[in-house]
Amino acid sequence: MRGATHAKWAACAVAVALAATACGGGDSGGGSGASGIVSSSWGDPQNPLEPANTNEVQGGKVLDMLFRGLKRYDPKTGAAKDMLAEKIETTDSTSFTITVKDGWTFSNGEKVTAKSFVDAWNYGANLKHNQKNAYFFGYIEGYDKTHPDKGDASAETLSGLKVTGERTFSVKLNQKFSTWPDTLGYAAFAPLPRAFFDNHSAWLSKPIGNGPYTVNSYTKGSKLEMRKWDGYPGTDKAQNGGVDLKVYTDNNTAYTDLTAGNLDLVDDVPASQLKNVKADLGDRYINTPAGIIQTLAFPYYDEAWNTPGAAKVRKGLSMAINREQITDTIFQKTRTPATDWTSPVLGADGGYKAGLCGDACKYDPAGAKKLVQEGGGIPGGQVKISYNADTGSHKEWVDAICNSVNNALGNDKACVGNPVGTFADFRNQITQNKMSGPFRAGWQMDYPLVQNFLQPLYYTNASSNDGKWTNAEFDKLVNEANAETDKAKAVDLFQKAEEVLRDQMGAIPLWYQNGSAGYSTRVSNVALNPFSVPVYNEIKVS
Amino acid sequence: MGRYVIRRLLQMIPVFFGATLLIFLMVNVMGDPIAGLCGDKACDPATASRLKREFGLDKPVWQQYATYMGNVFTGDFGTAFNGQKVTELMSTAFPVTIRLTIIAILFEIVIGITLGVITGLRRGRPIDTAVLILTLVVIAIPTFVTGLVLQLLLGVEWKWIKPSVTPEAPFDELLIPGLVLASVSLAYVTRLTRTSIAENSRADYVRTAVAKGLPRHRVITRHLLRNSLIPVVTFIGTDVGALMGGAIVTERIFNIHGVGYQLYQGILRQSTQTVVGFVTVLVLVFLVANLVVDLLYAVLDPRIRYA
Repeated sequence: MRGATHAKWAACAVAVALAATACGGGDSGGGSGASGIVSSSWGDPQNPLEPANTNEVQGGKVLDMLFRGLKRYDPKTGAAKDMLAEKIETTDSTSFTITVKDGWTFSNGEKVTAKSFVDAWNYGANLKHNQKNAYFFGYIEGYDKTHPDKGDASAETLSGLKVTGERTFSVKLNQKFSTWPDTLGYAAFAPLPRAFFDNHSAWLSKPIGNGPYTVNSYTKGSKLEMRKWDGYPGTDKAQNGGVDLKVYTDNNTAYTDLTAGNLDLVDDVPASQLKNVKADLGDRYINTPAGIIQTLAFPYYDEAWNTPGAAKVRKGLSMAINREQITDTIFQKTRTPATDWTSPVLGADGGYKAGLCGDACKYDPAGAKKLVQEGGGIPGGQVKISYNADTGSHKEWVDAICNSVNNALGNDKACVGNPVGTFADFRNQITQNKMSGPFRAGWQMDYPLVQNFLQPLYYTNASSNDGKWTNAEFDKLVNEANAETDKAKAVDLFQKAEEVLRDQMGAIPLWYQNGSAGYSTRVSNVALNPFSVPVYNEIKVS
Repeated sequence: MGRYVIRRLLQMIPVFFGATLLIFLMVNVMGDPIAGLCGDKACDPATASRLKREFGLDKPVWQQYATYMGNVFTGDFGTAFNGQKVTELMSTAFPVTIRLTIIAILFEIVIGITLGVITGLRRGRPIDTAVLILTLVVIAIPTFVTGLVLQLLLGVEWKWIKPSVTPEAPFDELLIPGLVLASVSLAYVTRLTRTSIAENSRADYVRTAVAKGLPRHRVITRHLLRNSLIPVVTFIGTDVGALMGGAIVTERIFNIHGVGYQLYQGILRQSTQTVVGFVTVLVLVFLVANLVVDLLYAVLDPRIRYA
C-alpha cells in the first residue's frame, strides 16, 4: 500500500509542476512589445532614490528623468542652461537672487515654488537626514550649523536661504563663487513636493517629481517603469511613451538580451564584448567622451613621497606609462590618453586644454629613467599601485602600467600591483591614510565645470583630496578663479592652477573614460550626455 | 522517533549560532562598509559616523552580534544599505530561488533516477557506456560554461527561450536555468543510483521477488529501487541547501533575482544585515533538509528505527 501512495505523490508533484509550467507560459511574449516604451538596462541603485542622497550613475539617471532643476546641462554640449530658473542675479558673486519660472508643477499637480527649492535644500543639508550629497550645500551660509563635522546640528535650516516671494528666493554663500549658478543643474538641487516631507516612505516607493516622466511602478531591485507625463510643461518633452529600467545581475546578460532583441538599450557595454560590438551592432554602438578621468594619486602623508625630489620621480613615472598602447589594447579605445587633468567634454571654453600636461604625459622611456634617477629613485625601491580587485577589472590596466614602467626603467621589480579585496576596504584604507604608494583614483564630474575637476580633488583638505596633496600657490589661484566673475578669466586662472598641479605632478593623469552604449533597431536618436547617461527623453521608438 | 526529532532539533541550536557567528565575523573583517557606500568620493565624516550609528556599526562586534540575534528572534532582520528591509528582500528573493530549486530537484529526481535505474539494470551495455560518458562530460564542464552556451544557443541563436528571466520568474522561464543548475548534481544522482541498483539487483530479496513471479516493474519499484534510494536521498537532501545557496552563478547568467543575487550584492556592498540574514535562513534550510533526509531513511528502510 505504501508504495502506491509514493507513486501517487510523485505523479501529483509532476502534474503540479507541469500545470505550473503551462500556467506561466501565456503572458511572457515580447518583452519590448508595449507601444513606444524603451526598455533599458539598469543597475540596482546603491542608495534610496532621493535627490540629495543619490551619488552614483544608476540612481542619477532616474533622477534625470523624474526631475528638472533650476538649470539643466545641455545633453550635447554640457553647458548649463536655465530650466526652471527665470533669472539668477548677483552683484558680488556671494549673494544670489533666484526667480523661479511660472507655470511649473509637480506631476501630482502641486505648484513648483521658491519654497519647493528651499525646503529641499534645507532637507538635503541637514545632518539628521544622512544625505550623501549634503556637501553640495556646503557653499551656502549656515551649512556648518546644519551639518557640523562633529556632534549634532544646531540649526534646522540654512541661514543663507530665504524665501522672498512665491517665486523668488535669495541665497547667500560663505565664499565668492562666481560659477555657483552653473552647479545648480546637479540632481541634489532639485525641488521637492510636499508629499516628500509629508509621507516620506510612500514617496520613496513611488517618487513624484517635475520631470518629463512619472513613475508607473517601482519594484525595488528589479524594475522601474516610467511613463511619459503628458502634462509636462517643459520644452524637452519625452519623445517616447516611457522607459522601463530593468535591473541586470550582470551587464553581460544585458548585452546578450540586447543581441537577442529582448532589450532596447544597454548603457554599459561589458569589456569582454568590446571586441564583438562592432560586428554585433554596427553603428548602433556609441562610444563618446564622458566627464570621467582616471588618475594615479599619491599619498602625500607618506614622507617618502613628499620630498622635493619626489616630484621628479612622479613625472618620471608618468613618462614611463605608455598610455596609447594601454587604451588601445586593454580598453579597445574606450579610453583616451589624458593630456590634462580635466575632460574633453568641458570644451576649450569650459577649461579643457589638450596637451597642458606636455612632455610629462608623453611616453618617453629614456627620459623617464633619467628623471627617476635624478629624483633619487623610487621611494622604497618599488612602486606599489593599489586598486580594488572586486569590480571594474582594474587588475589588467594596473598590471599593464607596471609592465610599461618596468620596461622603461629596465627593472622588472620597479612596479607591482597591490590588489585590495573589496572596494569598501580600499576606500577604508584611503580615508584612514594607509596607502603606502600610488593608488587608483577616478573622478566623475558632478557638473561640467573645470572647478569640479580641480577643487574637490587637489585643494588643501578638499572632500575628495584622497592623497592630501597641498600647495599654497594652487589654492590661491583656485580662490582667485572662484572670485572672478568673468568666465573666460576664471577659466584662465583655473588653468594656471592646473599648471601648478602639473609642475608638481600632484597626480598622474591616465586617461579620459568614454561612455559606451548599444541599442536595438527598434529605437533611434540615442545619444549619451556628457555624464555618460543616455538622453532618454529624446529616444524615439519606431 | 519523537525523542529523536527533539534531540536533533536541539542539536541544531549550537550549529545555528556557530554558523551565523562565523558569517558575522567574516563579513566584519572585510572592512568598514560605510567607506564603500559613497563611491569613489569620500563620505563626509559627520554623515559617515551617523550612518555607522544607525546601522550599529560603531559598537564592538560581539555587541553587534548580540543585538542582531536578539532582533532576529523578533523577526527583524535589519535594513539593507539601500533602505530596504532585509525581510522584504527575502520575500522577493526566496520564492524565486525556491521555484528554481524545485525545478532543479525535479530534474535530478526524474532524469537522474530514471537514467540511473536504466543504466544500473543494463550494466556494460551501450546505453550504460553512453550515459557514463555523458555524465562525465557534464561533471567536467563548469556550470557557467553550460549556462552561457545554452543561453547563447537557445536564447540568441535559435530564440527558443528568452536569454534572461523576468523579475516575476515564472516556472517556464526557469526551466533552462533549473536544468543548468541541476546538471552537475543530476550526473551524480545518475551515477549513485546506477551503482546502488547494480549492487542490489544481485541481492537475495530481489531474486526471491523475481522467483515469486512478481511483475518486473513491481520488482524494480517496490523492492529494488526502494532499497537502492538511501544514498540517493542523502545526496538530494543535502543538495537542496547547496542548490539554494550555490545558485549565484546560474542566477547571474540568467538574470534571476533570487537568493544568490542578493547574497552577491550584499557581499559586494558589505551589507552585513543582508548577508547574515540570508545565510541564517540558508543555514536553517540546510539543517531542516538534513533532518528530513534522516527521517526519510526510516520510511525507505523500516529496519532503520530511531528510538
